[in-house]
Amino acid sequence: MKMVRKAAGAFVAVAVAMLAMAHSASAQAGFGAPKPWQMNFQEPATPVMAEVVSFHNFLTVLITLISLFVLGLLLYIIWRFNAKANPVPSKNSHNTMLEVVWTVIPITILVIMAIPSFRLLYKADVVPDAAKVREWYGINVAGTIDIKAIGNQWFWSYEYPNERIKFDAFCGVGPIEGACFSQDATPKRPRLLATTESVVVPVNALVRLLTVGQDVIHAWAMPAFGVKIDAVPGRTNHAWFVATREGTYFGQCSELCGQGHGYMPITVEVVSQQRYQQWLTSKRAEMAVKNGTQFAAN
Amino acid sequence: MSSAYGGAHAQDAHAHHGPTGWRRWAYSTNHKDIGTMYLVFACVFGIVGGLISVLIRMELQEPGMQLLAEGDYHQFNVFTTAHGLIMVFFLIMPALIGGFGNWFIPLMIGAPDMAFPRLNNMSFWFMIPSAIMLVGSVFAGDGAGTGWTVYAPLSTSGHSGPAVDMAILSLHLAGASSILSSLNFITTIFNMRAPGMTLHRMPLFVWSQLVTTFLLLLSLPVLAGAITMLLTDRNFGTAFYEAARGGDPILYQHLFWFFGHPEVYVLVLPAFGIVSHVVATFSKKPIFGYLGMAYAMVAIGAVGFVVWAHHMYTAGMSVDTEAYFLAATLVIAVPTGIKIFSWLATMWGGSIEFKTPMLWAVGMIFMFTVGGVTGVVLANSPVTTAFHDTYYVVGHFHYVMAMGALFGIFAGWYYWIGKMSGRQYNETLGKGHFWLTMVGVNLTFFPMHFSGLAGMPRRIPDYPDAFSGWNYVSSIGSYIGFAAALLFVYIAIRTITSGERVGANYWGEGATSLEWTVDSPAPHHTHETMPHVR
Repeated sequence: MKMVRKAAGAFVAVAVAMLAMAHSASAQAGFGAPKPWQMNFQEPATPVMAEVVSFHNFLTVLITLISLFVLGLLLYIIWRFNAKANPVPSKNSHNTMLEVVWTVIPITILVIMAIPSFRLLYKADVVPDAAKVREWYGINVAGTIDIKAIGNQWFWSYEYPNERIKFDAFCGVGPIEGACFSQDATPKRPRLLATTESVVVPVNALVRLLTVGQDVIHAWAMPAFGVKIDAVPGRTNHAWFVATREGTYFGQCSELCGQGHGYMPITVEVVSQQRYQQWLTSKRAEMAVKNGTQFAAN
Repeated sequence: MSSAYGGAHAQDAHAHHGPTGWRRWAYSTNHKDIGTMYLVFACVFGIVGGLISVLIRMELQEPGMQLLAEGDYHQFNVFTTAHGLIMVFFLIMPALIGGFGNWFIPLMIGAPDMAFPRLNNMSFWFMIPSAIMLVGSVFAGDGAGTGWTVYAPLSTSGHSGPAVDMAILSLHLAGASSILSSLNFITTIFNMRAPGMTLHRMPLFVWSQLVTTFLLLLSLPVLAGAITMLLTDRNFGTAFYEAARGGDPILYQHLFWFFGHPEVYVLVLPAFGIVSHVVATFSKKPIFGYLGMAYAMVAIGAVGFVVWAHHMYTAGMSVDTEAYFLAATLVIAVPTGIKIFSWLATMWGGSIEFKTPMLWAVGMIFMFTVGGVTGVVLANSPVTTAFHDTYYVVGHFHYVMAMGALFGIFAGWYYWIGKMSGRQYNETLGKGHFWLTMVGVNLTFFPMHFSGLAGMPRRIPDYPDAFSGWNYVSSIGSYIGFAAALLFVYIAIRTITSGERVGANYWGEGATSLEWTVDSPAPHHTHETMPHVR
């Protein structure tokens, strides 16, 4: 048990170290998009995703070893017990000890796997407060922000209820069919990932995300944050993240929602506190120009 | 008609008095003829489903729209939906359960036929309108683009027109067919075993079918209820799944996966049964740990009923519920591990001949292990938050379906085709088919894990350019895999028309179950006098 707890502790240590490395390696802004021939996760931008990555690395080593063990046994059997090498088969068909061993060892492996898994599940799923985040990751949380993401066929709408801001984010340049065509794509605004408006959040802020579906089920996903949560009509789901690296991050709708399913991406910009305030100011002005938003009307 | 009760000679005469021509097949109550029809049916729809998968891969070969017109994205969803439903309901189930189950349960337990031969006929003929309606749904209106899971409300308020109704009715018929088959199989297995064949002496293939049919019998009625409510939501103004009127879309997901998860074991358990026979036969050894093998399948079936919501980790369940499903799902790895290691132990010390069926069985053991271990990764809900609805999941379940269940089907086909047709396949062609398939499916499905890790969502007709590399590899792999499927059709036709004739037990000392005591091809009526099992 002690060993298991130690192992769990190691995951956090590795995760935090990885995150620190990611920070120092790229003093420049983060860019959360897939790369050609990518074979692993995107670089994590939140401590939870860093933990998911290190837990997954552990799992990958484990399953690779298990697969290689089975492959090795098979190859040995093929070499040693083919009809030429072993013309007379044994008639052995029982070995209680062996059967106990190959039941108990997998159970042990699964228990070792389950403990960090449970711990990470409860951390990632239950929205913490600032004190918890500091306790877990040593991050001084810079404020708490609530954002509501509303899935529509086929774009996302966002509300910042406390800031009285509301806007729609379409694929590419606008709500025109085919707006995700390549002509408006640039390396910084990749095709099928960039949106007309970004969700803007300050770095190190605790973001509490609420999702709801307007028509059918959608899912709000952000690979670099380790967030994926369905937006279901008639119920409000929640998720949270603390993005610790400034930059632009991309995700895509992750629940089949009809013909435009591949065309409702998600863009999040993680910016400094100062730039966030500027954005809020300009956004509020925009809302005022639009002459009273739904918030004002309500 | 008194001759029917006479000796062996009289029975032979009787066999020739059965209906001939089209009546023999349309009116058939004979388990072998019905089994043959199921196998032909599965082969036809396997090619149809495979062709659709090639269309999917052609569309995804490069970024941008390739095959379909820009804006015709719905058609892509229609393809993925039809591919999934056809492969599950019209390839794997008819081949493994309707085909091999019908053929070999009576032969293996020493029964003359199934318990309810007319019901058996009805089960098969339900599949024809079911298949017509499913294929028809592709062309009716806009087609059903709901995914094989048919989630509400996309399948209710999100889809007007007749296509989804047709798909639902198709599933109803296929489900009814399977429920009737299951009743028939269970009754046969419980009541018609030869004297001396206790449950604990029953061949593992029969055990696998027993567990499978119980899973079907208990899970399909839940699917039927769930999709009936879809139907009434769509057409009769009910609101079971409509949140705005007090319904719950997530209720549908719970009901669907209460069926859907046992269903995946329905698809693979009969393949487990076949692999057990093939491995024992070609190792010339009895199966290792017989009771452990049988009860591992029972355990997989039982636990398989209480893990369904691991398909719903991102649906917004309470964290304690997720924790339970995480733990329960991990448990499945234990009986599955017992099966893998028992197969290895059966081969250990054997004198193994690597004929074509054995290649498929060994291929299945390793590929299923790979699909199994990624399943263990996916059981961990915090990791699955990242993987849910990405290509990692697509890669995982194709390893267990295309390389688990389908490799099992091919192992069974090469193993038993001599018994069923009286003619043997060509060994060189069979091995070529195996290696070509092996290259094709691995090239198709392994890179999907990478696409999924990088974040590529499922069920999208076009993708960000960075995903193009691995998608190109997957597409090339699928063309190789489909070429292998066409090679199989050639091998099958060639075997049946001009294969070498074989005797009763053409595999020799390793083949010990009762089907090897009757002639090849198995006569129309077998085991008319009960064999005694010592």
